[in-house]
Amino acid sequence: MTVTQTPPAAAAEVPSASRRRAPSAPGITQLVLRQLTRAGLVAIGVVLVGCAWEAYKHWGPKDGVTILGARVLPRTTDAAMPHLSTIWHAFGKPEVGGTITLGPSKTVADSVVDACLHTLRWAAAGFAIGVAVGFLLALLMDRLTVFERALMPYVVLSQTVPLIALAPLVTKWGQGSKLGSLEWQQWMSVSVIAAYLAFFPVAVGMTRGLKSPTAVHADYFRCSAAGWWKTLIRLKLPASVPYLVPALRLAAAAAVVGTIVAEISTGLGDGIGRLIITYSQQATGDPSRVYDAVIGAAVLGLAAGAAVTVFDLALWRYHRGASSR
Amino acid sequence: MTSPRINVRRVGSSLAPPLLFGVLFLVAWQTFVRGFDVSTFVLPAPTDIWSSATDQAGHITTAARHSGANAVVGLLIGLAAGVLLAAVAARLPLLGTAVTPLVAALAAMPIVALAPLLNNMYSPLSPLPRREVVAISAFVPIFMNVYRGLSRLSAVHRELMQSYAASETAVLRTIRIPGALPYFFTGLRVASSLAVIAAVVSEYFGGLQDGLGSRITDSVGSSDYPGAWASVLGSIVLGLIFYLGAAVLERVVLGPRAAPVT
Amino acid sequence: MSEPVPPAVELRGVNKTFTVKRGSVDALQDVDLRIERGEFVSLIGPSGCGKSTLLRIIADLLAPTSGDVWVNGKPARRARLDQDYGIAFQQAGLLDWRTVQANVELPLELHGVGRAQRRARAQELLELVGLADFGTHRPPQLSGGMQQRVAIARALAESPALLLMDEPFGALDEMTRERMQNELVRIAGETGAAVVFVTHSIPEAVFLSQRVVVMSPRPGRISEVVEVPLGARTDDTREAPAFYAAITQVREALRGRPVPEAVQVGAAVDAALRDKASGAL
Repeated sequence: MTVTQTPPAAAAEVPSASRRRAPSAPGITQLVLRQLTRAGLVAIGVVLVGCAWEAYKHWGPKDGVTILGARVLPRTTDAAMPHLSTIWHAFGKPEVGGTITLGPSKTVADSVVDACLHTLRWAAAGFAIGVAVGFLLALLMDRLTVFERALMPYVVLSQTVPLIALAPLVTKWGQGSKLGSLEWQQWMSVSVIAAYLAFFPVAVGMTRGLKSPTAVHADYFRCSAAGWWKTLIRLKLPASVPYLVPALRLAAAAAVVGTIVAEISTGLGDGIGRLIITYSQQATGDPSRVYDAVIGAAVLGLAAGAAVTVFDLALWRYHRGASSR
Repeated sequence: MTSPRINVRRVGSSLAPPLLFGVLFLVAWQTFVRGFDVSTFVLPAPTDIWSSATDQAGHITTAARHSGANAVVGLLIGLAAGVLLAAVAARLPLLGTAVTPLVAALAAMPIVALAPLLNNMYSPLSPLPRREVVAISAFVPIFMNVYRGLSRLSAVHRELMQSYAASETAVLRTIRIPGALPYFFTGLRVASSLAVIAAVVSEYFGGLQDGLGSRITDSVGSSDYPGAWASVLGSIVLGLIFYLGAAVLERVVLGPRAAPVT
Repeated sequence: MSEPVPPAVELRGVNKTFTVKRGSVDALQDVDLRIERGEFVSLIGPSGCGKSTLLRIIADLLAPTSGDVWVNGKPARRARLDQDYGIAFQQAGLLDWRTVQANVELPLELHGVGRAQRRARAQELLELVGLADFGTHRPPQLSGGMQQRVAIARALAESPALLLMDEPFGALDEMTRERMQNELVRIAGETGAAVVFVTHSIPEAVFLSQRVVVMSPRPGRISEVVEVPLGARTDDTREAPAFYAAITQVREALRGRPVPEAVQVGAAVDAALRDKASGAL
């Protein structure tokens, strides 16, 4: 019938009849622009944090702020709070200690990047396994409700308890064991922990997503005599994308954190977690190195999140309603 | 909506499978360890863990109290900051769109990695670094959820309030805040669990070692694996206490609007 | 000599244009309408004819591009600030965390009425809509029809002289709808409020109103006003030939083919049937 176009501005100006029509979904260009804007805002935020840092150093009380005997804000000395320029320059300084190399020592930046890449590899392996297991478990719980009733409470409760505390213990598993000619490497324990942490959000998110199609949709597929598999591929999986993506984001962050914590517990030497500890032990000599390593870890986390965002953008056709951010 | 009488059969059928699964799991674990003579450094039997837990109960409880205190203090700080910032961001939408990606980025980063940094900034004997890590961890889910809750205003409510010539504050008081409460509690449940996790794990990075995290690493260091597992059990119990506390508070405040536990 | 009482609503030369990406949309063009006190008027028309826009302009939720809007003798904005009207939408819009009673009290609370007074008024209103025993229930426990009755009670909280309603029964099933229509007629009669009622349903418009304002789209405008002199509305009204004649008249007006004599013909048929039933041949 009539097509009263929905005025884009001021929703209050729109009459109810046209407001009832769903607004057109944003295209891929708009989505990419939105993500780039967000990235830009993050960059601006980082700059602002840096300004606040320097401002506090410049104007803050020398001994920090103490409330009721406990120091609430740190001292403004260069030992406690290095200047941003010092932190930046520390990247370029040669590293003495840490990994032993012959010839000229690597710079701090090289070390940080190397360590990040190691951690990234282990985290990625853990993420892949965790996502696969979580995905399969969700499918299993969808197929057989008895499994869901038995396992779901544990899956949900497991997100509330610090399973990551198990990291020091789990790393001992598999040590020395062999699978054919493949010997268990220490880094595999780290990946297992990362997988363990990544698996839970994916299982929960995927289960919710598989359940998300409305009764109308589910009934239609039943009337069309579509079996479980066809319904899965054509209805449930596409419908679960808005739930899967936030779960993947959580899983990616969990995998990174899990890997870092596991490295520290295992004593595995090449990752960013161990590097942070090493540098913090050298803090009396050069306090700004710890910052460099932590920045590396933060960038690693952001990179993992960005990878999930790219995956999200690739699935833009399956975005629905308010879940598409 | 059905009246909230407890249907015994329904509760039974939803509790039975997980309980049964749990019991079977423990039995399988015990048999596996004893049957295959697995050494304790790989996997202690449930009975070993339990006896270790009862032996070290006093120490574990003290450590749990320290970790718990850190979690509570950090949680409260994170709550306050999250609610405040969310309220401001909901009131000034421009600020909201600017801040939300920042908080999302914070969520992607390994926040516990800040612990060594904070240990350097403050003295290594200060409990503050761990509490700040907890605060930041708790802040993120609280902000995200409360912001989402406060920003929602359905068209019919908006027009109704307009017809009443109600002020923005009146809208906030009568609609936005009560409407945002379920979101707040969702955030609280996540934040309270994260608080315990952050409190325990931040100790792995050095600093003051008086909580459950240090007990775990010390036990592993001295090869007391059942003891380490017992401390892990302690941290699991602590996590459950926090989560249930949040769930109970939610039920008390929201009544029929509270979300189910699982 | 007393001053003449102003009409409930008066619209003169009201235009509303929306600017969209591809130019502009004439939602309303040259609307003139006058609604007397206590009169029940329906706005009916296809999607995009501007009936909801018109209602919102009367409510001062939208501003007209040009033209005058008077409610209760005042400019629309003043009337809104003075709370001279109550409004009900298709969704009841009740607050789930408040009891039914607290929902009805909402406008009173917002305008500083004291607690005891609020409670008394809310109880009075719930009795008026037939929900006196449901004060302590919560909205999720009520059916759609009951929720709408609460919304109507809330709209009447400050005894407005004008009630604005945007398809309030649109989400209800037919039987409930008819019951609600009966209730609304009774309530409007008891309170003496004028009502502007937007609807998609021809029988509903004819049953409820003294006048049916037929609107058409592109551009949105009033194409015809159909008088519905069916007298007092009862359950029997829906089965009277005059009722069907009026429906036909409105339907033809919607199609753009006005049939002015239909209602009179229907009334004559009514009279003939009554005579036959009483024995006169």
